[in-house]
Amino acid sequence: MSEHDHEHHHDHDHSELSETQVRVRALETVLTEKGYVDPVALDLLIETYEKKVGPRNGARVVAKAWADPAYRARLLKDATPAIAEIGYAGRQGEHIVALENTPKLHNMVVCTLCSCYPWPVLGLPPVWYKSAPYRSRAVADPRGVLADFGVSLPKDTEIRIWDSTAEIRYLVLPMRPADTEGWSEEKLAELVTRDSMIGTGLPRSPKDLK
Amino acid sequence: MNGAQDMGGKHGFGPVHPEPNEPVFHAEWEKRAFALTLAMGMPGGWNIDMSRFARENRPPTEYLSMSYYQIWYAALEHMIKERGLVSDDEVAAGHSLRPPKPVKRVLSPADVAKTLHRGGPTDRETNTKAQFKPGDRVRTKNINPLTHTRLPAYVRGHVGTIERVIGCHVFPDSNATGAGENPQWLYTVRFDGRELWGADADPTTKVSIDAWEPYLEST
Repeated sequence: MSEHDHEHHHDHDHSELSETQVRVRALETVLTEKGYVDPVALDLLIETYEKKVGPRNGARVVAKAWADPAYRARLLKDATPAIAEIGYAGRQGEHIVALENTPKLHNMVVCTLCSCYPWPVLGLPPVWYKSAPYRSRAVADPRGVLADFGVSLPKDTEIRIWDSTAEIRYLVLPMRPADTEGWSEEKLAELVTRDSMIGTGLPRSPKDLK
Repeated sequence: MNGAQDMGGKHGFGPVHPEPNEPVFHAEWEKRAFALTLAMGMPGGWNIDMSRFARENRPPTEYLSMSYYQIWYAALEHMIKERGLVSDDEVAAGHSLRPPKPVKRVLSPADVAKTLHRGGPTDRETNTKAQFKPGDRVRTKNINPLTHTRLPAYVRGHVGTIERVIGCHVFPDSNATGAGENPQWLYTVRFDGRELWGADADPTTKVSIDAWEPYLEST
């Protein structure tokens, strides 16, 4: 692509973006004037998912399951009430199932049809989770997808893909990293990454925190 | 519908590109489009299956070239206009030109937290008996409805194993068309990778979907 083409392409994207911006703003004005939406409620919705609900919630759940065997058992038996114990529940997490990774089994979650994702524990999905490369390949070439994330698993590990086709939302419970005996839940939570709870990553190791 | 949204197993989309330290939203308008979509569910009166259909029901060339929130926004505008809540000339003018239509409820700031916390559970009471039990071999039906379905093309006509009986849940294929919730038994069905992708597939891969009873038949 020549420099000219590149600039042209960039301008094109930019004007399309502006058009979308203008259109969304126009619709919000119309809906507000008609009394169908309250802009303060819109601000609260945005603030909820920008500031309050995100993968730190899920990290607390995972860390508690690592530290507390009774909680782990409750989480694996029926995750929705176990997660509600910590205060996380609701939209796009009405029916949650926790998936336990073991040395023989690695779980990975996808929604090939849209973007289903456990909001109360992970927040809103990242762009890659909603995009065609992930949605198309996760079910057919999971090891290839894991390689895109820099993850390589032993050849004989079973890889189980969960396509979220109904209203059941899946949370991966990754394996607890070695050399973390006696760690507090707070410290363990620092090892839990978002991707490790989707199954496209592994938790950090204690040396990553240093 | 067999639209561009049904992506499982399609080739040519290239590698996954995770974005380091990705923000929740990438532009101000994405935030507003997201919040408008959530807030309009109440006065709009549509259900989640109707909104999913509104998103996927567009020409594949459009679906694949639009960003995620552009698709959300386009679906929102479509559903609002379809119900006569707003007209084209009003969006063009950027102002309301007519009195509002009466709506059942509007999301108030005081209700945001509890509405999100309540969510929309889809499990329903039933007095029917589940036809399948864990361990049963089932074949997914070959269906190709023009309307909304949650049976992905890549599993249709394939044999899998019932892993879990989840419960009785709202059936999207009915709910999306306004034909009612029509709750049906829902199962986790596990497939061997080679059953789906052929003899050359990685033998360590297993894939599961959650499938309602009308999608399945015994083998």
